[in-house]
Amino acid sequence: MKYFTYLVIGIFFGIVMFKSEAASWFRIYEMFQFGSFHMYGIIGSALALGVIGVQLIKRKNIKPLDGSEMSLQPKKKGIARYLIGGIIFGLGWALAGACPGPMYVLAGAGYGSIFIVIFGALAGTFLYGILRKHLPH
Amino acid sequence: MNWIYDPWPWYVAGPLIAFTMFILLLAGKQFGMSSNLRTACSAMGAGKAADFFKFDWKAERWNLMLVAGAVIGGFIASNYMSDNIVEINPEVAQQLATDYQIESAGESYLPTELFSTAALSNPFTIIILLLGGLMVGFGARYAGGCTSGHAISGLSNLQLPSLIAVIGFFIGGLVMIHLIFPLIF
Repeated sequence: MKYFTYLVIGIFFGIVMFKSEAASWFRIYEMFQFGSFHMYGIIGSALALGVIGVQLIKRKNIKPLDGSEMSLQPKKKGIARYLIGGIIFGLGWALAGACPGPMYVLAGAGYGSIFIVIFGALAGTFLYGILRKHLPH
Repeated sequence: MNWIYDPWPWYVAGPLIAFTMFILLLAGKQFGMSSNLRTACSAMGAGKAADFFKFDWKAERWNLMLVAGAVIGGFIASNYMSDNIVEINPEVAQQLATDYQIESAGESYLPTELFSTAALSNPFTIIILLLGGLMVGFGARYAGGCTSGHAISGLSNLQLPSLIAVIGFFIGGLVMIHLIFPLIF
């Protein structure tokens, strides 16, 4: 039953990604060309509501429905991993025009070529796992 | 406006993404779409190769369900809720056509020059897609999150590391589009 909930959340998220065109290569390209407010509006409005909501959760000490602790752990401190990792991610995001959520949405939408991107992402994750000890964090 | 069929504007999509994050928080989980890649690697036995993948991936099965849902959502949206055409800024579309011979803006959801089955006959296309995916996967794990985990989830929680990561995302994206695209396309 619990897994069914995540499936439904995923379906909802997938529809939002596709319908907002955040899953479109063109929209990502346009964003990095500063050609439209669209993507900035999506991220900005999600973020504005997100900040308010997370503050509310913290101040009112709202718990998840099962009474456990909220998954709002602070991220580990550091600069190198976030900056270097972020830049590598950004390079790939702009090239493939898809980030990890939209990849799957596009697979469902029937774009067979996206499986090459997904395969690449899995390989990249695996590569990181192998090289992790040798990278600055 | 036909709200089912027309593209959703940013002020609809953004709040719905925030809503997704809050529903997940109420379910006890943190919104982040790239961690499923690690879970998938681990499920496929990558723990034999690196300790990074030695963890109880079965406890993370929920994010694989999220992925399955996203696939179904993409299927529903593209087949029943969309004409699969993305209209972007005409100047950007024109620039894509003039500079890179990518002329499918305003005609398709993804550029057919890169994503159509026919385009795969060109090894260059395969390398682009593979390399793009590789950097997304590697970078997301190195940075500990992607657009959802850092730009939405982390920044909502006012995390400085997430801000650094998001600045990195944009440096990378801008370098790719403005410096590398002119060299490779």
